[in-house]
Amino acid sequence: MLTNAILSGLTMGGTYALVAMGLTLQYGVSRIMNLAYGEFVIAACFAALVLFASAGISPLVALLVVAPAGFLLSWAIYRLLLMPLVRRAPSRGALEVDSILATFGMLFIVQGIMLALFGGDYSSYSYYNTPVDLFGTTIAANRLIVLAVALAVALAAWAFLMHTRSGTAMRAVAVDPVAAGLVAIDVRRVAAAAFALGGAIAATGGVLISMFLTFNANIGVVFTMKALIVVIMGGVGNVVGALVAGLILGLAESFVATFVDPGLTIAVTYAIFLAVLIVRPQGLFGARAR
Amino acid sequence: MTDRPVIAIGLGALVFAALAFVPYMVDGYGMSLAIAIANYTILATAWALFSGPTRYISLATVAFFGVGAYTVAVLGEVLPWPVVMLVAAINGCLLALLVGLSTLRLAGIYFVIFTFGLTELIRQVVTWYEVKVTSTVGRYVFLDIDQQAIYWQLLGVAALLFLSGYLIGRSRLGFALRVIGGDEMVARHVGIDTTRAKLLLFVLSALFMTLTGAIMAPRWTYIDPAIAFNPQVSFQTVIMALLGGVQRLWGPLLGVIPLTLLFDWLNAHFPNHYLLILGIVFMLIVYLLPQGVAGALARLRGLRSRKERASAAMKEARQ
Amino acid sequence: MRQMLRKHLGSMICAASLAAFSLSAAYAQDAVRIGYAVSKTGANAGGATTTTIPNYELWVKEINDAGGLKVGDRQMTIEVVEYDDRSSSEEAVRSVERLATQDKVDFILTPWGTANNLAVGPIFDKYGYPQIAGTSVTDMAPKLAARWPNSYWLLGTGGSYAEGLVDLLVKLREEGRIGDSVAMASIADGFGIELAKAGRTALQGHDFKLVYDKTYPLGTQDLAPIVNEVKALNPDVFIAFSYPPDTLGLTDQARVLNFNPKLFYTGVATAFPLYKDKFGAAAEGVVSLGGIDPNDEKVRAYIARHKEVVGKEPDRWASFMTYAGLQALQQAIEKAGTLDKEKVNEVLRTGTFDTVLGQISFDNKSRQVPNIFTVGQWQDGEFVGLEPADHPGAGKLVFPKPAWPAQ
Repeated sequence: MLTNAILSGLTMGGTYALVAMGLTLQYGVSRIMNLAYGEFVIAACFAALVLFASAGISPLVALLVVAPAGFLLSWAIYRLLLMPLVRRAPSRGALEVDSILATFGMLFIVQGIMLALFGGDYSSYSYYNTPVDLFGTTIAANRLIVLAVALAVALAAWAFLMHTRSGTAMRAVAVDPVAAGLVAIDVRRVAAAAFALGGAIAATGGVLISMFLTFNANIGVVFTMKALIVVIMGGVGNVVGALVAGLILGLAESFVATFVDPGLTIAVTYAIFLAVLIVRPQGLFGARAR
Repeated sequence: MTDRPVIAIGLGALVFAALAFVPYMVDGYGMSLAIAIANYTILATAWALFSGPTRYISLATVAFFGVGAYTVAVLGEVLPWPVVMLVAAINGCLLALLVGLSTLRLAGIYFVIFTFGLTELIRQVVTWYEVKVTSTVGRYVFLDIDQQAIYWQLLGVAALLFLSGYLIGRSRLGFALRVIGGDEMVARHVGIDTTRAKLLLFVLSALFMTLTGAIMAPRWTYIDPAIAFNPQVSFQTVIMALLGGVQRLWGPLLGVIPLTLLFDWLNAHFPNHYLLILGIVFMLIVYLLPQGVAGALARLRGLRSRKERASAAMKEARQ
Repeated sequence: MRQMLRKHLGSMICAASLAAFSLSAAYAQDAVRIGYAVSKTGANAGGATTTTIPNYELWVKEINDAGGLKVGDRQMTIEVVEYDDRSSSEEAVRSVERLATQDKVDFILTPWGTANNLAVGPIFDKYGYPQIAGTSVTDMAPKLAARWPNSYWLLGTGGSYAEGLVDLLVKLREEGRIGDSVAMASIADGFGIELAKAGRTALQGHDFKLVYDKTYPLGTQDLAPIVNEVKALNPDVFIAFSYPPDTLGLTDQARVLNFNPKLFYTGVATAFPLYKDKFGAAAEGVVSLGGIDPNDEKVRAYIARHKEVVGKEPDRWASFMTYAGLQALQQAIEKAGTLDKEKVNEVLRTGTFDTVLGQISFDNKSRQVPNIFTVGQWQDGEFVGLEPADHPGAGKLVFPKPAWPAQ
C-alpha cells in the first residue's frame, strides 16, 4: 500500500509540476500573469486527440508538432498582444493588472474557439493505459511517461537557466528587468522567449495529460489554478521549486487518499499550500521580496 | 466648505430613495437585472474599499459571499430573518479576522493566490463536513422571499456601504490607508498602525460581501458548496472593479453597470458564441481604456480634475 | 368605361382576396415561441451538450420539418429563443425571467441539472409554465411537485436508483452468486451523496457488509488510490456513484490494476456513447444507471433519428427522459389545442402520452414517470435496462462481469 501511494503520488505530482513549470517561466521571467494558461493546456489536449483520432498519430509523436506549435503561438501572442501592455505599463503593479485583464479576455477567446470547434462534450481516449509492474505494484504506463517527462523538462530547464548564456539572461530579467537592460540584455526578446518556452511546456503537459484525463473545452481554469498554486508554493520563477511543490502536493493527495480519507485530498492540497505561505511568504524556493 | 458632506450624503440619499421605486417600473426581467447590478455593485465596491487604497488584490470575495449564503441555507428556516442576517454578519467578520491575520505577511501575487487557496479550502471543508456530518451535499432553501424584497435589501446594504465608504474616505483611517497604498514602509515610519488599519478595512469589506451572499441565497432554492463558493464570483468582482477603477468610491460602479449589461446583451444576441465575442470585447476594452472607465472619465475632464486632485492631495497632506 | 371599371373592380377584388389570402397564410404560419436557457459553457456544459441540447435541437427540427405543431386548426412552426446560463444559478434565474417577461415565449424548456432546475422552479411556477425536468435527480421530487404543481421530475429520485441496484444485489445473493461484501465510492456532490446515502441504507437493511464506503471531492484527478485500496479488499461488488470524468478514470484504473469484481458499477457517463467509444469491448458487463430496451421499435427509431440529425447517438439514460418530456409537451399542446398554459398544464397533469419511454402519465402525486429503468448494463455494444425486472423489455444480467480484455 505504501509503494502504491508513493508511486501514484509521484506520477500525479509530476503532472502538476509539468503543467506548473511553464507558468512559472511565464510569470517569473515575462511578468505576465497568464490566466489563459490552462486553456492552452486544453487546446493541446484537443490537438493530440485530433491527431490521434484522425491520423492515428501517437501522442508522443504528436509532441514533436504540438510543443513547437505552442512555442510559436505563445511567442506570437507575446509579441502582438502583450508587448503593447508591457510597453505602456508605468510599473510592475500596473502591468500585473493589465495582464490579468488581457489574459482574462484571452481565456474567453481560446475557450470560445474550442467550444466552436469541439462543442462542450467530454472527450477521452486511452493511450498507453497499459499496466507496468514496478516495485511490486502496478501503474499505468502513461502516468510514468508524464513523470519522466516532468523530470526531464525540469532538468533541461534547470541546466538551461544555470549553464547557458541565454538562461543566465533569463534569470537576470527575472530578478530585475531594468538592471538587465542596463547590462545589454535585450529584455523584451528574453521575455518573449520565456513566455514562448512556457507555452511549449503547457502544450507538452496538455498532450501528455490527454492520454489519461477526461477533458472538455471548459476545464482549462482548473489547470490554471492548480498551476498557480504550485508556482506560488514553489516560488515564482523557480523551475525546481515548481517541480518540488508539484511532487509534494501529488504525494500529499495520494497519502491522504490512501491512509486518511479521499474526501479530504483537495482540502489537504490547499491546507499545505496555505501553511507553506504562512511560514515562508515567498514560497519554498522564492527569493525574499525587497 | 463645512456643508459639503451634508450635500453629498443628501444627494446620495435622494438617489437611493429614487432607486427604491425601480420595482414599480420594471418587469420580472428588469428586476432580475437590477438585482444583478445591485449584487455586483456591493461586491465590487466593498472589494475596492479594501483593495483600492491598499492595492491588495483579494480573491476571497466569494468566501465571504458563500459564508453568508450558507448561513441562510442552514438557519434560514429555523430562525427569524433578521437574526439569520446577524449570524451571517458575525460569521463573515470572524472569518475575515482570521483571513486578515494570516495574510498580513504576504504581498503581491502571493496574497492573491493565498486568498484564492483559502476560499477553495473553505469550500472543501464545508463539503467534507456536509458529507460526513449531515450526509447531504446541497441544501434546499424554501424561503418565500420575492425579487422585490431581495432588491430592497440589496439596495439598503448598498446605501450603507456607500455611506461608510464616503465617511472612511474622509476620516483618518482613509488617509492612513492611502499612505499604506503608496508605500507601506513610509506609513509605518510616520506612526500608522498598518496592521490595525488594514484589518479593520478588510473586516468591514467582508461584512458587506457576507450580507450580500445571505440576501441572494433564497433566490436559488438550492445551495451547494460549488454554487456558494464559485470562484467565478471573485474573479468577476475583481474584473468589474478594476475595469471601473478602484481609486474612487464610485469607480467600481462604472465597471459593474456596463459589464453586466454587456454580458447580458451578448448572451441574448450570441448565445452560441458568447465567450468568443466577450473575450474580444474584453481585450479591446483593456487596450483602449488603460486606466479603467473612471480613469478615462477623469482624463476627459482633463486639467480641471488634475487641479482638483492636486488640491485634494494638499488638503490631505495638511490634515 | 363600365368595362374598365369592371376590369379595375375585378383586379381590385383579386388583389384584396390575395391580400386576405396572404394574411391568413401569415396567420397560419404564426409561430410558437419556445425558449430555453441551458449551460452551453461552464462546469455543466459537458452534461448539457451530451443530453439536453441535442434533444432540444432534434425535437424542434422534427416538428418544423413536419410542418409545425398542430394547435387547434392551426399548424404552427417553432421559433426558438435560447440563452446560455453559463452553469450559474443566478444566470439561469435571470435568463428564464427574460424568457418569461421580455421574450414572452409560449413555453420554456428546462435547464440541465438538478441545481439549475431548482433555481428556476419558482419562476416557472410564478408564470405558470410547465416545468418538465429531464435531468434532475432529487429525493425532493415529491415535495417539489407539491410546491410547484406544474413541475415534473422525469428522472426520479436518487433513492429509486440505489434501491433498484440493491434489489439486483439481493437477488444475486439469494442465488448464491455473490457474497456479502460491497465496496462503494461516491462523488461528494448532491447526486453522489444522495445515491450513496440511499444505497447505504438499503445495503445495510439487507445485511450487506460495506467494506469500503468513502467519498471523493469534485475535480479529483487521481483515482488510483481508491481503486488500489478497493482491490486489496477484494469485494464481490464495486459501486461508484461517480460523475463523467471520474467514471472514465475509475474504469481506466480498474483496467490497469486488473480489478475485476463480479459486478462493476459506475455512475454518470457510463451510459454515454463516449464510454462505448473509449472502452469498446472493455465496456462489456459494466453496470450503471439507466438503460433501454434495444428491441423496442420506438427506441431504435429514436436512436437512429438522433444520430442522423445531431450526428451522434443519445446517451442511454437521461436523453430518453428529456426526449419523452418533449414528446409529452408536444402532445399536451396538441391535445389542448391551445397555447394557453393553464389548459396545457391540465392535460399534462391528467393525460397519457405516447413517448420513447412508452405510454407515460404523470397522473400521480409525485409527478414522476413510474417504471423507468434504474439499472442497466453494457451487453454486446448496447446499454440494456435490467431493473425493475418486471418492466417490459427488461434484459437479463450478464454475470459475472467478463474479464477486462488485454490492452
